[in-house]
Amino acid sequence: MSTAPRLTALDALHRSLGATMTDFAGWDMPLRYASERDEHHAVRTRAGLFDLSHMGEITVTGPEAAAFLSYALVGNIATVGNGRARYTMIVQEDGGIVDDLIVYRLGETEYMVVANAGNAQIVLDALTGRVGGFDAEVRDDRDAYALLAVQGPESPAIMKAVTDADLDGLKYYAGLPGTVAGVPALIARTGYTGEDGFELFVAPEHAEQLWRALTEAGAPHGLIPCGLSCRDTLRLEAGMPLYGHELTTALTPFDAGLGRVVKFEKEGDFVGREALRAAAERAETAPPRKLVGLIAEGRRVPRAGFPVVADSKVIGEVTSGAPSPTLGKPIAMAYVDAAFAAPGTEGVGVDVRGTHEPYEVVALPFYKRQK
Amino acid sequence: MSNPQQLRYSKEHEWLSALEDGVATIGITEYAANALGDVVYAQLPEVGDTVTAGETCGELESTKSVSDLYSPVTGEVTAANQDVVDDPSLVNSAPFEGGWLFKVRVAEEPADLLSADEYTAFSGN
Repeated sequence: MSTAPRLTALDALHRSLGATMTDFAGWDMPLRYASERDEHHAVRTRAGLFDLSHMGEITVTGPEAAAFLSYALVGNIATVGNGRARYTMIVQEDGGIVDDLIVYRLGETEYMVVANAGNAQIVLDALTGRVGGFDAEVRDDRDAYALLAVQGPESPAIMKAVTDADLDGLKYYAGLPGTVAGVPALIARTGYTGEDGFELFVAPEHAEQLWRALTEAGAPHGLIPCGLSCRDTLRLEAGMPLYGHELTTALTPFDAGLGRVVKFEKEGDFVGREALRAAAERAETAPPRKLVGLIAEGRRVPRAGFPVVADSKVIGEVTSGAPSPTLGKPIAMAYVDAAFAAPGTEGVGVDVRGTHEPYEVVALPFYKRQK
Repeated sequence: MSNPQQLRYSKEHEWLSALEDGVATIGITEYAANALGDVVYAQLPEVGDTVTAGETCGELESTKSVSDLYSPVTGEVTAANQDVVDDPSLVNSAPFEGGWLFKVRVAEEPADLLSADEYTAFSGN
Protein backbone atom coordinates (compact mmCIF):
# COMPACT_ATOMS: atom_id res chain seq x y z
CA MET A 1 0.00 0.00 0.00
CA SER A 2 1.31 3.41 -0.80
CA THR A 3 -0.32 6.73 -0.16
CA ALA A 4 0.83 10.19 -1.10
CA PRO A 5 2.73 11.87 1.73
CA ARG A 6 0.93 14.61 3.60
CA LEU A 7 2.26 18.11 3.07
CA THR A 8 2.37 20.87 5.67
CA ALA A 9 1.11 24.39 4.95
CA LEU A 10 4.76 25.42 4.56
CA ASP A 11 5.70 22.78 1.99
CA ALA A 12 6.31 25.18 -0.92
CA LEU A 13 8.32 27.47 1.34
CA HIS A 14 10.59 24.61 2.47
CA ARG A 15 11.25 23.65 -1.14
CA SER A 16 12.01 27.26 -2.08
CA LEU A 17 14.58 27.25 0.75
CA GLY A 18 16.22 24.18 -0.78
CA ALA A 19 15.28 21.82 2.03
CA THR A 20 16.11 18.14 1.79
CA MET A 21 12.76 16.53 2.52
CA THR A 22 12.13 13.20 4.21
CA ASP A 23 9.16 10.98 4.88
CA PHE A 24 8.30 11.07 8.56
CA ALA A 25 5.22 9.21 9.78
CA GLY A 26 3.53 9.72 6.42
CA TRP A 27 4.44 13.41 6.20
CA ASP A 28 6.91 15.01 3.83
CA MET A 29 9.02 17.03 6.28
CA PRO A 30 12.23 19.08 6.07
CA LEU A 31 15.17 16.90 7.13
CA ARG A 32 17.66 19.77 6.83
CA TYR A 33 18.06 22.95 4.84
CA ALA A 34 21.86 22.98 4.59
CA SER A 35 24.19 21.47 7.21
CA GLU A 36 22.36 19.71 10.05
CA ARG A 37 25.40 20.32 12.26
CA ASP A 38 25.12 24.09 11.69
CA GLU A 39 21.40 23.90 12.41
CA HIS A 40 22.10 22.04 15.66
CA HIS A 41 24.65 24.61 16.80
CA ALA A 42 22.30 27.46 15.87
CA VAL A 43 19.69 26.11 18.29
CA ARG A 44 22.26 25.56 21.05
CA THR A 45 23.85 29.01 20.73
CA ARG A 46 21.32 31.28 18.95
CA ALA A 47 17.97 30.14 17.58
CA GLY A 48 16.33 27.81 15.10
CA LEU A 49 12.93 27.78 13.40
CA PHE A 50 11.11 24.48 12.90
CA ASP A 51 7.96 23.38 11.09
CA LEU A 52 6.39 20.71 13.32
CA SER A 53 2.97 20.68 11.69
CA HIS A 54 3.03 16.88 11.57
CA MET A 55 2.30 16.72 15.30
CA GLY A 56 -1.27 15.58 16.07
CA GLU A 57 -3.61 17.91 17.97
CA ILE A 58 -6.67 16.49 19.70
CA THR A 59 -9.04 18.79 21.57
CA VAL A 60 -10.97 17.58 24.61
CA THR A 61 -13.81 19.72 25.94
CA GLY A 62 -16.65 19.41 28.41
CA PRO A 63 -17.46 19.65 32.11
CA GLU A 64 -15.71 16.33 32.79
CA ALA A 65 -12.78 16.87 30.41
CA ALA A 66 -10.23 16.86 33.25
CA ALA A 67 -11.70 13.80 34.93
CA PHE A 68 -11.78 12.01 31.59
CA LEU A 69 -8.14 12.80 30.80
CA SER A 70 -7.06 11.73 34.28
CA TYR A 71 -8.79 8.41 33.57
CA ALA A 72 -7.47 7.99 30.02
CA LEU A 73 -3.87 9.10 30.72
CA VAL A 74 -1.35 8.23 33.44
CA GLY A 75 -0.96 11.82 34.73
CA ASN A 76 -3.16 13.81 37.08
CA ILE A 77 -4.66 16.23 34.60
CA ALA A 78 -7.01 17.65 37.24
CA THR A 79 -4.03 19.46 38.78
CA VAL A 80 -3.00 21.22 35.55
CA GLY A 81 -3.74 24.92 36.00
CA ASN A 82 -5.38 27.00 33.33
CA GLY A 83 -2.71 28.10 30.87
CA ARG A 84 -0.30 25.36 31.93
CA ALA A 85 0.94 22.22 30.19
CA ARG A 86 1.91 18.74 31.34
CA TYR A 87 4.13 16.02 29.88
CA THR A 88 2.30 12.71 30.23
CA MET A 89 1.66 9.36 28.60
CA ILE A 90 -1.18 7.19 27.42
CA VAL A 91 -0.80 3.45 28.08
CA GLN A 92 -2.59 0.23 27.23
CA GLU A 93 -4.41 -1.80 29.90
CA ASP A 94 -1.19 -3.83 30.25
CA GLY A 95 0.78 -0.66 30.94
CA GLY A 96 2.53 -0.58 27.55
CA ILE A 97 3.20 2.93 26.30
CA VAL A 98 0.90 4.00 23.45
CA ASP A 99 2.44 7.46 23.17
CA ASP A 100 3.99 10.30 25.11
CA LEU A 101 1.96 13.49 25.04
CA ILE A 102 1.81 17.09 26.07
CA VAL A 103 -1.56 18.21 27.42
CA TYR A 104 -2.24 21.96 27.36
CA ARG A 105 -5.07 23.37 29.42
CA LEU A 106 -6.58 26.02 27.17
CA GLY A 107 -9.57 26.96 29.33
CA GLU A 108 -11.71 25.98 32.29
CA THR A 109 -13.03 22.92 30.46
CA GLU A 110 -10.85 22.77 27.34
CA TYR A 111 -7.63 20.82 26.79
CA MET A 112 -5.40 20.18 23.79
CA VAL A 113 -3.58 16.86 23.64
CA VAL A 114 -0.55 16.84 21.34
CA ALA A 115 0.47 13.40 20.11
CA ASN A 116 3.37 12.23 17.97
CA ALA A 117 2.60 12.24 14.25
CA GLY A 118 2.97 8.49 13.91
CA ASN A 119 0.62 7.82 16.81
CA ALA A 120 -1.97 10.56 16.37
CA GLN A 121 -4.65 8.28 14.93
CA ILE A 122 -4.00 5.60 17.55
CA VAL A 123 -4.21 8.16 20.36
CA LEU A 124 -7.35 9.66 18.86
CA ASP A 125 -8.95 6.22 18.65
CA ALA A 126 -7.92 5.35 22.20
CA LEU A 127 -9.29 8.59 23.63
CA THR A 128 -12.51 8.20 21.66
CA GLY A 129 -12.80 4.64 22.96
CA ARG A 130 -12.26 5.72 26.57
CA VAL A 131 -14.54 8.77 26.70
CA GLY A 132 -17.78 6.81 27.15
CA GLY A 133 -19.47 7.64 30.47
CA PHE A 134 -17.77 11.03 30.76
CA ASP A 135 -19.44 14.33 29.97
CA ALA A 136 -16.64 15.25 27.56
CA GLU A 137 -16.02 15.40 23.83
CA VAL A 138 -12.92 14.32 21.87
CA ARG A 139 -12.28 16.24 18.66
CA ASP A 140 -9.74 15.56 15.91
CA ASP A 141 -8.02 18.93 15.34
CA ARG A 142 -5.04 17.69 13.34
CA ASP A 143 -6.03 19.78 10.33
CA ALA A 144 -6.87 22.83 12.42
CA TYR A 145 -3.28 23.68 13.30
CA ALA A 146 0.10 24.29 11.82
CA LEU A 147 2.87 24.18 14.44
CA LEU A 148 6.01 26.31 14.30
CA ALA A 149 8.73 26.21 16.94
CA VAL A 150 11.35 28.84 17.77
CA GLN A 151 14.02 27.21 19.91
CA GLY A 152 17.29 28.44 21.36
CA PRO A 153 18.64 31.02 23.80
CA GLU A 154 17.74 33.92 21.49
CA SER A 155 14.13 32.79 21.10
CA PRO A 156 12.66 35.10 23.80
CA ALA A 157 14.26 38.15 22.17
CA ILE A 158 12.99 37.09 18.75
CA MET A 159 9.49 36.46 20.05
CA LYS A 160 9.39 39.85 21.77
CA ALA A 161 9.92 41.47 18.38
CA VAL A 162 6.75 39.89 16.98
CA THR A 163 4.32 39.73 19.91
CA ASP A 164 3.06 41.88 22.78
CA ALA A 165 2.12 38.78 24.77
CA ASP A 166 3.54 38.59 28.31
CA LEU A 167 6.43 36.24 27.59
CA ASP A 168 8.19 36.94 30.88
CA GLY A 169 5.10 35.67 32.66
CA LEU A 170 5.02 32.60 30.43
CA LYS A 171 6.91 29.92 32.32
CA TYR A 172 8.33 26.65 30.99
CA TYR A 173 5.43 24.30 30.25
CA ALA A 174 2.87 27.07 30.07
CA GLY A 175 0.76 28.27 27.16
CA LEU A 176 -1.39 31.30 26.47
CA PRO A 177 -3.43 32.54 23.55
CA GLY A 178 -2.06 35.66 21.89
CA THR A 179 -1.23 37.40 18.66
CA VAL A 180 2.12 36.76 17.00
CA ALA A 181 3.10 38.67 13.87
CA GLY A 182 -0.51 39.66 13.43
CA VAL A 183 -1.96 36.17 13.55
CA PRO A 184 -3.82 34.48 16.42
CA ALA A 185 -1.68 31.80 18.05
CA LEU A 186 -1.47 29.55 21.05
CA ILE A 187 1.96 30.45 22.44
CA ALA A 188 3.50 27.61 24.42
CA ARG A 189 6.84 27.58 26.18
CA THR A 190 7.66 24.01 25.32
CA GLY A 191 10.07 22.20 23.06
CA TYR A 192 12.11 19.14 22.32
CA THR A 193 15.61 20.52 22.07
CA GLY A 194 16.84 21.05 25.63
CA GLU A 195 16.82 24.82 25.08
CA ASP A 196 14.44 27.60 26.00
CA GLY A 197 11.88 28.05 23.26
CA PHE A 198 8.37 28.47 22.06
CA GLU A 199 5.89 26.37 20.12
CA LEU A 200 3.26 28.30 18.19
CA PHE A 201 -0.01 26.64 17.19
CA VAL A 202 -1.70 28.63 14.42
CA ALA A 203 -4.26 28.11 11.67
CA PRO A 204 -2.54 26.57 8.62
CA GLU A 205 -3.46 29.58 6.47
CA HIS A 206 -1.43 31.79 8.81
CA ALA A 207 1.64 29.58 8.92
CA GLU A 208 3.53 31.21 6.08
CA GLN A 209 3.00 34.77 7.34
CA LEU A 210 4.24 33.69 10.77
CA TRP A 211 7.26 31.83 9.35
CA ARG A 212 8.32 34.85 7.29
CA ALA A 213 7.89 37.24 10.22
CA LEU A 214 9.94 34.99 12.52
CA THR A 215 12.63 34.58 9.88
CA GLU A 216 12.89 38.36 9.55
CA ALA A 217 12.78 39.08 13.28
CA GLY A 218 15.26 36.26 13.91
CA ALA A 219 17.85 37.18 11.31
CA PRO A 220 19.71 39.71 13.51
CA HIS A 221 19.78 37.04 16.25
CA GLY A 222 21.23 34.35 14.02
CA LEU A 223 18.02 32.33 13.63
CA ILE A 224 18.06 29.82 10.77
CA PRO A 225 15.48 27.29 9.55
CA CYS A 226 16.07 23.86 11.06
CA GLY A 227 15.00 20.37 10.01
CA LEU A 228 14.12 17.14 11.77
CA SER A 229 17.69 15.83 11.57
CA CYS A 230 18.98 18.37 14.08
CA ARG A 231 15.79 18.08 16.12
CA ASP A 232 16.75 14.44 16.65
CA THR A 233 20.34 15.16 17.73
CA LEU A 234 19.14 18.03 19.96
CA ARG A 235 16.61 15.86 21.80
CA LEU A 236 19.10 12.98 22.03
CA GLU A 237 21.71 15.21 23.70
CA ALA A 238 18.98 16.43 26.05
CA GLY A 239 18.15 12.81 26.94
CA MET A 240 14.57 13.12 25.72
CA PRO A 241 12.89 9.89 24.62
CA LEU A 242 11.46 9.41 21.14
CA TYR A 243 8.47 7.19 20.58
CA GLY A 244 9.37 4.08 18.60
CA HIS A 245 12.90 4.22 20.01
CA GLU A 246 13.03 4.65 23.79
CA LEU A 247 9.25 4.26 24.16
CA THR A 248 7.18 1.38 22.76
CA THR A 249 4.10 -0.64 23.65
CA ALA A 250 6.47 -3.34 24.97
CA LEU A 251 7.64 -0.97 27.72
CA THR A 252 5.86 0.72 30.63
CA PRO A 253 6.78 4.24 31.77
CA PHE A 254 8.69 2.61 34.65
CA ASP A 255 10.77 0.50 32.26
CA ALA A 256 11.67 3.71 30.43
CA GLY A 257 12.80 5.40 33.64
CA LEU A 258 9.84 7.77 33.43
CA GLY A 259 7.70 6.34 36.23
CA ARG A 260 7.37 9.82 37.67
CA VAL A 261 4.72 10.65 35.07
CA VAL A 262 2.42 7.98 36.57
CA LYS A 263 0.27 9.44 39.37
CA PHE A 264 -1.19 6.62 41.46
CA GLU A 265 -2.43 9.08 44.06
CA LYS A 266 -4.91 10.74 41.72
CA GLU A 267 -8.64 10.46 42.25
CA GLY A 268 -10.45 7.65 40.49
CA ASP A 269 -9.31 4.72 38.41
CA PHE A 270 -7.22 5.08 35.27
CA VAL A 271 -6.39 2.87 32.33
CA GLY A 272 -3.39 0.69 33.15
CA ARG A 273 -3.35 1.31 36.93
CA GLU A 274 -3.10 -2.33 37.99
CA ALA A 275 -0.43 -3.26 35.48
CA LEU A 276 1.56 -0.13 36.28
CA ARG A 277 1.51 -0.96 40.02
CA ALA A 278 3.24 -4.23 39.20
CA ALA A 279 5.61 -2.48 36.80
CA ALA A 280 6.56 0.06 39.47
CA GLU A 281 7.28 -2.75 41.92
CA ARG A 282 9.39 -4.61 39.36
CA ALA A 283 11.36 -1.50 38.45
CA GLU A 284 12.06 -0.93 42.14
CA THR A 285 13.13 -4.47 43.07
CA ALA A 286 14.28 -6.28 39.93
CA PRO A 287 14.51 -4.01 36.90
CA PRO A 288 15.02 -5.98 33.69
CA ARG A 289 16.92 -3.30 31.83
CA LYS A 290 17.64 0.37 32.36
CA LEU A 291 17.92 3.28 29.97
CA VAL A 292 21.44 4.71 29.99
CA GLY A 293 23.59 7.07 28.00
CA LEU A 294 26.64 5.86 26.09
CA ILE A 295 29.51 8.04 24.88
CA ALA A 296 31.89 6.66 22.26
CA GLU A 297 35.60 6.54 22.82
CA GLY A 298 36.05 6.20 19.06
CA ARG A 299 34.31 7.81 16.13
CA ARG A 300 32.01 5.13 14.77
CA VAL A 301 28.37 5.95 15.34
CA PRO A 302 25.97 3.60 17.12
CA ARG A 303 22.54 3.31 15.53
CA ALA A 304 19.16 2.14 16.78
CA GLY A 305 19.09 -1.65 17.05
CA PHE A 306 22.85 -2.16 17.44
CA PRO A 307 23.68 -4.64 20.25
CA VAL A 308 25.36 -3.37 23.41
CA VAL A 309 28.01 -5.85 24.49
CA ALA A 310 30.24 -6.67 27.45
CA ASP A 311 32.65 -9.60 27.53
CA SER A 312 31.40 -10.51 24.04
CA LYS A 313 27.89 -11.03 25.44
CA VAL A 314 24.89 -8.99 24.39
CA ILE A 315 23.74 -6.98 27.40
CA GLY A 316 21.49 -4.46 25.75
CA GLU A 317 20.39 -2.60 22.67
CA VAL A 318 20.89 0.91 21.31
CA THR A 319 17.59 2.76 20.90
CA SER A 320 18.94 6.04 19.43
CA GLY A 321 22.41 7.03 18.35
CA ALA A 322 24.05 9.87 16.51
CA PRO A 323 27.20 11.94 16.30
CA SER A 324 26.72 14.61 18.98
CA PRO A 325 27.56 18.04 17.59
CA THR A 326 27.88 19.48 21.11
CA LEU A 327 30.12 16.75 22.55
CA GLY A 328 31.95 16.13 19.28
CA LYS A 329 31.60 12.38 19.80
CA PRO A 330 29.06 9.71 18.94
CA ILE A 331 26.44 9.23 21.65
CA ALA A 332 23.57 6.80 22.18
CA MET A 333 20.71 5.93 24.43
CA ALA A 334 20.42 2.23 25.14
CA TYR A 335 18.57 -0.22 27.34
CA VAL A 336 21.14 -2.35 29.17
CA ASP A 337 20.93 -5.09 31.79
CA ALA A 338 20.69 -3.47 35.22
CA ALA A 339 24.08 -4.88 36.26
CA PHE A 340 25.75 -2.73 33.58
CA ALA A 341 23.67 0.42 34.02
CA ALA A 342 25.78 2.25 36.60
CA PRO A 343 27.70 5.22 35.19
CA GLY A 344 31.33 4.28 34.67
CA THR A 345 30.68 0.54 34.30
CA GLU A 346 33.81 -0.92 32.71
CA GLY A 347 34.03 -2.97 29.57
CA VAL A 348 30.84 -1.90 27.82
CA GLY A 349 30.86 -1.58 24.05
CA VAL A 350 28.59 -1.37 21.05
CA ASP A 351 28.71 -3.87 18.22
CA VAL A 352 29.13 -1.59 15.20
CA ARG A 353 28.81 -3.88 12.21
CA GLY A 354 30.83 -6.65 13.83
CA THR A 355 33.43 -4.56 15.64
CA HIS A 356 33.07 -4.01 19.37
CA GLU A 357 33.65 -0.30 19.88
CA PRO A 358 34.28 0.83 23.48
CA TYR A 359 31.69 3.08 25.09
CA GLU A 360 31.42 4.89 28.39
CA VAL A 361 28.20 4.41 30.37
CA VAL A 362 26.89 7.77 31.62
CA ALA A 363 23.78 9.13 33.28
CA LEU A 364 21.32 11.00 31.07
CA PRO A 365 21.11 13.69 29.82
CA PHE A 366 24.29 14.30 27.84
CA TYR A 367 23.60 18.02 27.77
CA LYS A 368 21.86 20.39 30.15
CA ARG A 369 21.53 24.07 29.40
CA GLN A 370 22.84 26.68 31.83
CA LYS A 371 19.91 28.60 33.29
CA MET B 1 26.06 22.18 -8.61
CA SER B 2 28.35 21.19 -11.46
CA ASN B 3 30.42 18.11 -12.01
CA PRO B 4 33.97 18.91 -13.21
CA GLN B 5 34.44 18.04 -16.88
CA GLN B 6 37.93 16.59 -16.44
CA LEU B 7 36.71 13.85 -14.07
CA ARG B 8 34.99 10.56 -14.79
CA TYR B 9 32.23 9.13 -12.64
CA SER B 10 30.74 5.85 -11.41
CA LYS B 11 27.09 5.04 -10.88
CA GLU B 12 27.95 4.65 -7.18
CA HIS B 13 28.62 8.41 -7.19
CA GLU B 14 32.40 8.30 -7.02
CA TRP B 15 34.59 10.49 -9.16
CA LEU B 16 37.94 9.51 -10.64
CA SER B 17 40.66 11.89 -11.85
CA ALA B 18 42.70 11.55 -15.01
CA LEU B 19 45.68 9.25 -14.42
CA GLU B 20 48.99 10.72 -13.35
CA ASP B 21 51.76 8.14 -13.69
CA GLY B 22 49.05 5.51 -13.66
CA VAL B 23 47.50 6.77 -10.41
CA ALA B 24 43.95 8.12 -10.12
CA THR B 25 42.55 10.22 -7.31
CA ILE B 26 39.10 9.15 -6.10
CA GLY B 27 36.36 10.87 -4.14
CA ILE B 28 32.61 11.10 -3.90
CA THR B 29 30.56 13.59 -5.86
CA GLU B 30 28.92 16.70 -4.50
CA TYR B 31 25.57 15.06 -5.22
CA ALA B 32 26.53 12.10 -3.02
CA ALA B 33 27.93 14.35 -0.29
CA ASN B 34 24.70 16.34 -0.20
CA ALA B 35 22.64 13.17 -0.08
CA LEU B 36 24.68 11.88 2.87
CA GLY B 37 24.50 15.06 4.92
CA ASP B 38 27.30 16.09 7.26
CA VAL B 39 29.96 13.38 7.10
CA VAL B 40 31.30 12.67 10.60
CA TYR B 41 33.47 9.62 10.10
CA ALA B 42 35.44 8.24 7.19
CA GLN B 43 36.97 4.80 7.11
CA LEU B 44 39.25 4.71 4.09
CA PRO B 45 41.24 1.89 2.53
CA GLU B 46 44.88 1.72 3.62
CA VAL B 47 47.97 2.21 1.52
CA GLY B 48 48.89 -1.14 0.00
CA ASP B 49 45.32 -2.47 0.02
CA THR B 50 43.99 -3.87 -3.22
CA VAL B 51 40.60 -2.48 -4.14
CA THR B 52 38.24 -3.91 -6.74
CA ALA B 53 35.95 -1.95 -9.02
CA GLY B 54 32.37 -1.99 -7.71
CA GLU B 55 33.30 -3.49 -4.35
CA THR B 56 33.23 -1.81 -0.95
CA CYS B 57 36.52 -0.54 0.42
CA GLY B 58 35.45 1.65 3.34
CA GLU B 59 32.58 3.58 4.80
CA LEU B 60 31.33 7.10 5.20
CA GLU B 61 29.18 7.88 8.19
CA SER B 62 26.90 10.89 8.43
CA THR B 63 24.51 12.18 11.05
CA LYS B 64 21.69 10.02 9.79
CA SER B 65 23.30 7.02 8.16
CA VAL B 66 26.32 5.02 7.19
CA SER B 67 27.16 4.33 3.54
CA ASP B 68 29.59 1.92 2.01
CA LEU B 69 32.40 3.41 0.01
CA TYR B 70 32.95 1.72 -3.35
CA SER B 71 36.04 1.80 -5.49
CA PRO B 72 35.32 2.78 -9.10
CA VAL B 73 38.45 0.96 -10.31
CA THR B 74 40.64 -2.03 -9.51
CA GLY B 75 44.20 -1.52 -8.29
CA GLU B 76 46.51 -0.84 -5.38
CA VAL B 77 45.90 2.02 -2.95
CA THR B 78 48.83 4.44 -2.94
CA ALA B 79 47.41 7.10 -0.61
CA ALA B 80 44.49 7.79 1.71
CA ASN B 81 43.51 11.35 2.59
CA GLN B 82 44.46 11.79 6.27
CA ASP B 83 42.93 15.29 6.20
CA VAL B 84 39.51 13.73 5.61
CA VAL B 85 40.05 11.18 8.39
CA ASP B 86 40.89 14.07 10.74
CA ASP B 87 38.14 16.36 9.44
CA PRO B 88 35.44 14.42 7.58
CA SER B 89 33.49 17.63 6.91
CA LEU B 90 35.93 18.23 4.01
CA VAL B 91 33.86 15.71 2.07
CA ASN B 92 30.93 18.13 2.29
CA SER B 93 32.79 21.41 1.88
CA ALA B 94 35.13 20.39 -0.96
CA PRO B 95 34.07 17.02 -2.38
CA PHE B 96 35.99 17.47 -5.66
CA GLU B 97 39.12 18.97 -4.10
CA GLY B 98 40.37 18.80 -0.51
CA GLY B 99 37.74 16.15 0.25
CA TRP B 100 39.31 13.52 -2.03
CA LEU B 101 39.42 10.10 -0.37
CA PHE B 102 42.13 7.84 -1.76
CA LYS B 103 44.47 7.23 -4.71
CA VAL B 104 44.77 4.02 -6.67
CA ARG B 105 47.41 2.72 -9.10
CA VAL B 106 44.88 1.55 -11.67
CA ALA B 107 45.23 -2.03 -12.87
CA GLU B 108 41.83 -2.25 -14.47
CA GLU B 109 38.90 0.03 -14.95
CA PRO B 110 35.35 -0.89 -15.86
CA ALA B 111 33.98 0.07 -19.25
CA ASP B 112 30.94 1.85 -17.85
CA LEU B 113 32.52 4.90 -16.22
CA LEU B 114 30.58 8.05 -17.08
CA SER B 115 31.61 11.40 -18.45
CA ALA B 116 30.63 14.53 -16.51
CA ASP B 117 27.64 15.12 -18.80
CA GLU B 118 26.56 11.49 -18.58
CA TYR B 119 26.85 11.54 -14.79
CA THR B 120 24.90 14.81 -14.57
CA ALA B 121 22.11 13.19 -16.59
CA PHE B 122 22.32 9.99 -14.48
CA SER B 123 22.16 11.72 -11.11
CA GLY B 124 19.79 14.43 -12.24
CA ASN B 125 22.22 17.02 -10.92
